[in-house]
Amino acid sequence: MKFGVVVSEGPYTHQASDTAYHFVTAALAAGHEVPRVFFYHDGVNVGTRLSIPPQDERNIQEQWTALAKEHGTDLVICIAAAQRRGLLDKNEAERQGKDADNIAEGFRISGLGQLIEMGIDADRLMTFGD
Amino acid sequence: MEDGVKKFLYVNRKAPYGTIYALEALEVVLIGAAFDQDVSLAFLDDGVFQLTKGQDTKEIGVKNFSPTFRALGDYEVTKLYVEKESLDERGLTTDDLQEITYEDEDDDWAEKPSIIIVSRSEMADVMAGQDVILSF
Repeated sequence: MKFGVVVSEGPYTHQASDTAYHFVTAALAAGHEVPRVFFYHDGVNVGTRLSIPPQDERNIQEQWTALAKEHGTDLVICIAAAQRRGLLDKNEAERQGKDADNIAEGFRISGLGQLIEMGIDADRLMTFGD
Repeated sequence: MEDGVKKFLYVNRKAPYGTIYALEALEVVLIGAAFDQDVSLAFLDDGVFQLTKGQDTKEIGVKNFSPTFRALGDYEVTKLYVEKESLDERGLTTDDLQEITYEDEDDDWAEKPSIIIVSRSEMADVMAGQDVILSF
């Protein structure tokens, strides 16, 4: 089965991104496909490479980056939600005249159309959030 | 599912202000309207407050986005299911909601109401009939 996954809450403050990660890992291990995960609302904050959790805690961003590297999962961050919350890729930082960018490896910024496309393409769409 | 068209239901459960969920849900609906899918919206729990008329957000310094719901008909989003029990529980009636209409091209552009009041059990049926449910 082909799953689409939405993460709509921020990391560390909410279980949603952890649960989504565990779900995706388990689904892939069971032979299912998860071509794309879409990060929306505060979920976009999962994709900043500037987060520094305490060393004895899980690093949520690094877990997702490793997963994307291993399985080719497309990790998409909604651009409108990202801009509100201070997440920029290199191109957008230049375009907006900002002095830094902060998107982690394996993530990319794109539009809400990617969410709709995922809904059309997937057999099941799972939302992790409140 | 016919011809690659899926039934999308956007479920709105939260109040319009205080959190960003409602506004970002509406942004998804507007973008999603361009994809030629069969789109419906559902309003339940505090989500029914999103459709109330006479919203004035001046004092909280937040943009009032409630007029956008009246434009949904132009995007061919014409089915807004509102749960009756959620209205009742909050002391609201249909008179407290905005009038939202669309022009039915299959019926000589007759102006028709977009809001459909359903019971909680009917709402379950609406959800059961969907291909994709996005909950906000």
